[in-house]
Amino acid sequence: MTKNLVVIGAGMASGRMLEHLFEAAPGAFTVTLFNAEPRGNYNRLMLSPVLSGEKTYDQIVTHDEAWYEAQGITTRFGEAVTAIDREAQIVHGARGPVPYDALVIATGSAPFIIPVPGHRLPGVVAYRDLEDTNAMIDASRPGARAVVIGGGLLGLEAAAGMAARGAEVTVIHLMGHLMERQLDPAAGYLLQKDLEKRGIRIHCKGATKVILGQDRVEAVLLEDGTVYPADLVCMAVGIRPETRLANDAGLEVARGITVDDQMRTSDPAIYALGECTEHDGQLFGLVAPLYDQAKVLAATLAGDQAAFRPVQTATKLKVTGCDLFSAGDFADAPGREDIVFRDPGRGIYKRLILEGERLIGAVMYGDTADGAWFFDKIRTGADVTADRDTLIFGPAFAGGAPSDPLAAVAALPPEAEICGCNGVCKGQITRAIEGGATTLDAVRGLTKASASCGTCTGLVEQVMALTLGDGFAANANPPMCKCTDHTHEDVRRLIKSMGLKSIPAVMQELGWTTVGGCASCRPALNYYLLADWPLEYRDDRQSRFVNERNHANIQKDGTYSVVPRMWGGVTTPDELRAIADAADRYNVPMVKVTGGQRIDLLGVRKEDLPAIWSDLNDAGMVSGHAYAKGLRTVKTCVGQQFCRFGTQDSTGLGIRLEKLLWGSWTPAKVKLGVSGCPRNCAEATCKDIGIVCVDSGFQISVAGAAGMDVRETVLLLTVATEDEVCEVTAAFVQLYRENARYLHRIYKWVDKVGLDWCREQVSDPATRAALHDRFMLSQSVFQTDPWADHAARPAEWSPIADLSLRAAE
Amino acid sequence: MSMIDIAALADIPREGARVVRTPQGCVAIFRTATDQVFALDDRCPHKGGPLSEGIVHGTQVTCPLHNWVFDMATGQAQGADEGRVATHAVQVRDGRILLDAARLTSRAA
Repeated sequence: MTKNLVVIGAGMASGRMLEHLFEAAPGAFTVTLFNAEPRGNYNRLMLSPVLSGEKTYDQIVTHDEAWYEAQGITTRFGEAVTAIDREAQIVHGARGPVPYDALVIATGSAPFIIPVPGHRLPGVVAYRDLEDTNAMIDASRPGARAVVIGGGLLGLEAAAGMAARGAEVTVIHLMGHLMERQLDPAAGYLLQKDLEKRGIRIHCKGATKVILGQDRVEAVLLEDGTVYPADLVCMAVGIRPETRLANDAGLEVARGITVDDQMRTSDPAIYALGECTEHDGQLFGLVAPLYDQAKVLAATLAGDQAAFRPVQTATKLKVTGCDLFSAGDFADAPGREDIVFRDPGRGIYKRLILEGERLIGAVMYGDTADGAWFFDKIRTGADVTADRDTLIFGPAFAGGAPSDPLAAVAALPPEAEICGCNGVCKGQITRAIEGGATTLDAVRGLTKASASCGTCTGLVEQVMALTLGDGFAANANPPMCKCTDHTHEDVRRLIKSMGLKSIPAVMQELGWTTVGGCASCRPALNYYLLADWPLEYRDDRQSRFVNERNHANIQKDGTYSVVPRMWGGVTTPDELRAIADAADRYNVPMVKVTGGQRIDLLGVRKEDLPAIWSDLNDAGMVSGHAYAKGLRTVKTCVGQQFCRFGTQDSTGLGIRLEKLLWGSWTPAKVKLGVSGCPRNCAEATCKDIGIVCVDSGFQISVAGAAGMDVRETVLLLTVATEDEVCEVTAAFVQLYRENARYLHRIYKWVDKVGLDWCREQVSDPATRAALHDRFMLSQSVFQTDPWADHAARPAEWSPIADLSLRAAE
Repeated sequence: MSMIDIAALADIPREGARVVRTPQGCVAIFRTATDQVFALDDRCPHKGGPLSEGIVHGTQVTCPLHNWVFDMATGQAQGADEGRVATHAVQVRDGRILLDAARLTSRAA
């Protein structure tokens, strides 16, 4: 006797299950198939090619009317199931009940909709079924504007599809890089670059605040204030298992419908399958494990033994022209090692993750041809120790002789191109070396090899090593840190010449050998980027040393010191009262006058920082940046207003300079002094920049120091007016900001580049004005009081949780 | 194991840390660029520096006081420095951070 099998949901998993079932147990079941969509099963994975116009709906149908009829399946498409009566074993549909002996719930998943205001407006769609796809196709006329919320797999396929139809597409993604669940930041960066090349605008770290519109969607407003006009909004931020029916029927549901290894729910007559299930705490979204489930369930229903064991899955993005592959586990974790391969010129990035002798994960971008080969290694857990040296080169290299990079260069013919930018071949370099060029600079000077983008520097050095043998001494200027072979100077030059505008971009394009840099290179890169791209780059707080991240100086016991700015060392009774009140209120253990003419409150607890800043802000004071690689203080003497020897208003000039320069980030700290006469009471001649007022005007001298090295300043220029002092000082600081390496004080940098060169730059009126303008542009962004910004969010400065009370309970 | 819900993962910045106060001293909860989460005592074995204020790179953190580098998974000091920081079991579930606080909240510990 045949049994009644009812299946709710005609998706890919249930379709596959029915195929297996009819094969294993033909005629054993009379099947009724419900589907909420008014159609049968189609290949949902192929909706993206339908959206982009590369396929039609008819081409992606997997089971047509004829198939259902041939199998004797009663189809109830477009009909919602309203309830499951487990007692009576009856499924209630909108058009009548059906009894069952066995029931399969395969309701799939529902798109997650962010409940922001406006999410119900017409024109806001998800991306799950043919209706959504058709809505997007209709809206994607050339010139139409579409916003996709969510930069994951689905969102990007939606974006690419609409862009291919001519729409102007913007993707808003909450995270720092695209597809963060499948890709690491470097691969995410390459993907973003490729998508931007095809005109898709990408906005990472963007949180949607409101979807705007009267009768239908008109625009999307983000938390940061950005507004993107939109004729259509596609929300693709994720999916959740569709469990409402199972919930109502009282089945056991966690995040998904709980199933055992046989796909059985908590009711032995009811099974579940697909994206709506949860097995052993795990949810499923990719098709491979769902097909495995289908096979297991068909066997179970046919009375055979089978057990579901989830397997590894791999992800590929179905966007034509974006080659991307990720498989296995690629998160950083203990005992794991990375093998990284980057070919910046071709936009190729490959990363393998090893644990012990096994390959456990792979991320690839640009060239994914070997994906299947790596995936197989991950799945089988094969021992890869013996192949480790050449593993990243894939199957083509497997078993071959280990390669020696020097041997590879040696094998190049003389006409092989080494420097692509300048078209320099190996033979030209060899001839230059044989002609007497024994240093990299000399070779660069003679041949131009590695003189443009510089990425071939390593190759040029290898040619030199081969030609000179033991006579070759590698570049005396050491690399920036252990993460790279490039020097600080090379990195600064390449950031500008290659237009690199983020830390992941620098690490990718310049071939960083570590995943996230180190405590030495990250602050340097952050500085270089914000100095070179003041308008485009956003400061990365996590790449800053603690003092700059917390805008206070950490002390040996973990407390902080707080120094408000005191312009030119001048204060008022009100400011002093406010400082005294703050010291009392926050139990400041020590109040000290600093060498830079201001007052230091020492021993403040981290969680009190926002409150003490807020109090000082209220009294009109801002951060003194006593912690910054930036402008610290401008020390002054009293000047002509009170002093019988004073020749100029040194106090007023000091205040003016401090108001001009404060807030600017520099490679290392910058201190100024302004003395009103050559008696030099402000000790201006041992500062980074010192101004000495004389009867005829102002002597601007630079490159002093009074730290581990003690140096007297040297005269840069003498000028006649305060205005000129300000313009020259700003221009000189900008010259330093643009050219010095991180952590080099002005005196070290001037030693390297020469005072004459600096003088030439700031003496030439056009160059000086341009430097001054670039400085002011940067100040338009960075001259803000960080205390005021952070005092507004005090919660972030306190412990995230307090368990000290639990013990007492 | 007694896993206690501490906070949302989103409360900690990527490549950053926040502190949990416990009767046994502060514990630093770190979040990496790829959303791995680690919990270590917030005290460098060298001079007691707050590791939570260090720069996080990959699965390592550099102490802000004297640049000792620690593997966050094992607590082991890297390179030439010798020392170890106690680690605590921590996991992320549904976007929430769960910390094994058995050792941290017991009065006898």
